[in-house]
Amino acid sequence: MPSDVAALVSAAKTGDRQAFDELVRQTYAETYTLAYRLTGNEEDARDVTQDAYLRAFKGLKRFRGDAQFSTWMYRITANCSATHLGRRRRHRHDQLFDDAPVADDAPGTSPELRAEAGDLRARLTAAVDRLPPKLRAVVMLRDVYDLPHEAIAAELNISESAAKVRLHRARRQLREDLFPLPAEEAARAV
Amino acid sequence: MRCDQVAPHLGDAASGRSLLDGDERHHVEHCLRCQAELVQYRKLLRALRTLRTEVIEPAPGLLAEVLAAVESAAEHGAVVGILRGRKVVYVGGLAAAATAAAAGGALVIVNRSRRRIRIAS
Repeated sequence: MPSDVAALVSAAKTGDRQAFDELVRQTYAETYTLAYRLTGNEEDARDVTQDAYLRAFKGLKRFRGDAQFSTWMYRITANCSATHLGRRRRHRHDQLFDDAPVADDAPGTSPELRAEAGDLRARLTAAVDRLPPKLRAVVMLRDVYDLPHEAIAAELNISESAAKVRLHRARRQLREDLFPLPAEEAARAV
Repeated sequence: MRCDQVAPHLGDAASGRSLLDGDERHHVEHCLRCQAELVQYRKLLRALRTLRTEVIEPAPGLLAEVLAAVESAAEHGAVVGILRGRKVVYVGGLAAAATAAAAGGALVIVNRSRRRIRIAS
């Protein structure tokens, strides 16, 4: 069986089930990470991850390979997450959990730098969690996962201009929260 | 140009994905507040990009759940495929039987009408 993602995708497209399972094994943690960031809790992230792979399995023949498989999965995950959150809003209250274990793939060079980076990352994660889900989704997909506005708008079922407005609001809220200007800090202190 | 007119474009400018136009750039060059905001946006975007390398560990059991769901979908797809195939066979059989019956009926009618013509003549 092939081991790299592109070869696995080709094999899976011809109906090779083992190749698809291997694709899931290689990518599910990353898909779950995005799902967790978009939904804000473990239970929903698990459901979204499962939905995303089911959709990928059913739609794999339509994957043309113009983009990377991971980018295609991000789009599916974003769409599943939007659907899931929409359904959840209709049925129950939002719950936010911020205690998921995090594995660091890019450790800093010195303990001081790592501690500083870890502190910033913790504050950033908390600030992102405080964003309303609609703003959080756009800033995650654009500034962390690098999806174009057009793709974000398509997967979240909003217009491109709405995606841009949400991105601006999300960035501004995060900036004011994490890196306030002196005037903003003074106003907050009053 | 005022700060609030430039502000919506500072995030994109900091990301490097778009450039400020001439008026906006001119404003930022002369406005310490907007310069500071641009710097803070750069810091924010740099911090956000570090999240890309982070993987949140899913609770044990997720992989097995996903694989089981895919397996179930594959089986369901196979069953639907078989049923579709059977449906084609049934419909084909019925169509063939109907065609044969129609052809038989037509032959009987033709033979009867020939007999009547012979008797009459």
